[in-house]
Amino acid sequence: MNLVHWVLIAAAIVYVVLRLIPGKGWKIAPAYLRVVLLCIAAFLTLTPFVWLICSAFKDKTIMMQYTFLPPVSHWFDGSLNLENFRRLLTEEYHSPQGSVYFWQYIVNSIFLSCTITSINIFFSSMAGYALAKYKFKGRNAILFVMLGSMMFPAMLFLAPLFEMIYKFGWMDTYYALIIPGAITVFGIFLFRQAMVGVPTSLLESARVDGASEFRIYWEITLPLVRPVTAAYCLITFLATWNAFLQPQIFVQTQSKLPLPVVLNQYIGLYVQEYGIFLAGTLLAIIPPAILFFILQKEFVAGLTSGATKG
Amino acid sequence: MSANIQKKKGGPDRHPVAPWMFLAPYLLYAAVFFVYPLLYAGWLAFHQTDGPHTAIFVGLDNFKFIFTDSMFWKAMSNTTIYAIASICIQLPISLGLAMLLNNSNSRMKGAFRLMIFSPNLVGQIFVGVMFAVIFTPHYGLFNKGLYALIGWGLEKQWLADPNLLLPALIIISLWMYVGYNMIYFLAGLQSVDKQLVEAAQIDGANGWQTFLHITLPQIKPIAIFVVIMSTIGSYQLFELPFALMKGEGFGPNNAAMTVVGYLYEWGFNNGDLGTAAAIGWILAAIIFVISIFQLKVTHAYDVD
Repeated sequence: MNLVHWVLIAAAIVYVVLRLIPGKGWKIAPAYLRVVLLCIAAFLTLTPFVWLICSAFKDKTIMMQYTFLPPVSHWFDGSLNLENFRRLLTEEYHSPQGSVYFWQYIVNSIFLSCTITSINIFFSSMAGYALAKYKFKGRNAILFVMLGSMMFPAMLFLAPLFEMIYKFGWMDTYYALIIPGAITVFGIFLFRQAMVGVPTSLLESARVDGASEFRIYWEITLPLVRPVTAAYCLITFLATWNAFLQPQIFVQTQSKLPLPVVLNQYIGLYVQEYGIFLAGTLLAIIPPAILFFILQKEFVAGLTSGATKG
Repeated sequence: MSANIQKKKGGPDRHPVAPWMFLAPYLLYAAVFFVYPLLYAGWLAFHQTDGPHTAIFVGLDNFKFIFTDSMFWKAMSNTTIYAIASICIQLPISLGLAMLLNNSNSRMKGAFRLMIFSPNLVGQIFVGVMFAVIFTPHYGLFNKGLYALIGWGLEKQWLADPNLLLPALIIISLWMYVGYNMIYFLAGLQSVDKQLVEAAQIDGANGWQTFLHITLPQIKPIAIFVVIMSTIGSYQLFELPFALMKGEGFGPNNAAMTVVGYLYEWGFNNGDLGTAAAIGWILAAIIFVISIFQLKVTHAYDVD
């Protein structure tokens, strides 16, 4: 018998007692059970994060001793410190091209994610706009090709892409990551679906006022679908921030690597010093978490919009 | 005539060049990064490559080799078990949580949705790095937690025991994706006709009957969507076991070898892009066949 059991037994007893009370208790019992079950789910989901934060601040001498934090009496005797972060950020990696510090990988990841996300939003929304707001010969053929291309797994293209990147001379450059990531069919569909709802009369009156076709897209239509843009921004940012396979295959110079590739190295490099790569993991999941908290409402709406309407 | 049509449609949505200008980047992209590599992958699958400079036509030898390689079948069985577990364990839990949330008030709904969804923000590599430590025997969070709950498994070597590695992967993916699928089910449940549910309850249907005959048929389209998406996702599993094994292969006895892991090994560790392309086609075929099969057995076409 330990704390976990006592908490679960207490929760069960409360439920039984509620069921036994006629009237009010009987009525709120299901709601109570619902909250308990959701709390268990939330607890199981969040525990690894809590553990990660605790581990990142624990000194290596007590890393194994306590699952989460040491007792409060040990908090200020040096058991909890920033040593893992200090070593992570100051120890250089000796590569054939020179020493590399951890902050460089953070900069690489931020640069790659922001660049790919902005370019991708621009081109995907442009194509989505054309498919939503113009009637022209060949539109259905293009939609058909797009749907068809979604049926092939990305892995099928990996081998030919490797040869192409090599022939283009893009090996070990960011072109190999940015250009193949410049547009997604999913993004085009998402923007098309949102832009179909923009009233055509609005675009027409701008046209009468002499606005160019590009300005109608850029200054009128795009601002009107801001929620979808926000959702797609987060989806693309997450995908590029967490991307592993492409940078692993196409980038070789240590100083050009993004975070996922590097943390996968560090786990082998600092085998027994968990604290260091766990601190690195913590740093690596903060930027997407911040963006998620800012954009979370739009994100959930954008994620499911294709599924519920389709 | 054409002016007439324009008037009828109520707008100059016909423009000779503008749509093509807007579509130009995609058309270029599709030609270079979809059509060409697709043809190239078809060509590669029938060739033997050794580095980027030599390619010899070998007919069906790449496929013959793959289908007679026991490692491929190991990868297939691992991936299939993982996919089936994803569907049979993960999706019912996702649906259950979505139903619990759907009946809650909106503030609570937002908070729980956010918490349960959060692991999805973390990439598979980062998750792999975390869980490589969480599954440590005796000291790891998972081993300790499991021991506290059921008094078993403190010393279990989840990542070194070939029989436990696949269950460990399934547990991790449960943590990662339950919330993701829950969001889709929640969206589906929100469009369920509440009056129909109330009518059934007035007619004396119990909770289970209401779920089976009223709710389930109405969320069927989204349920099919989620099942197909998780099957496709499961068959592409690679990064999680790769990071979990610390980049040292795919576990004892290749217990964590997946189809994409097998593709990676051949294409990018052994430099045989022809075999990698052939595996890519096999993967595409598997995904295609399973999706069609799932659409067929669920009669998705019949629902209109």
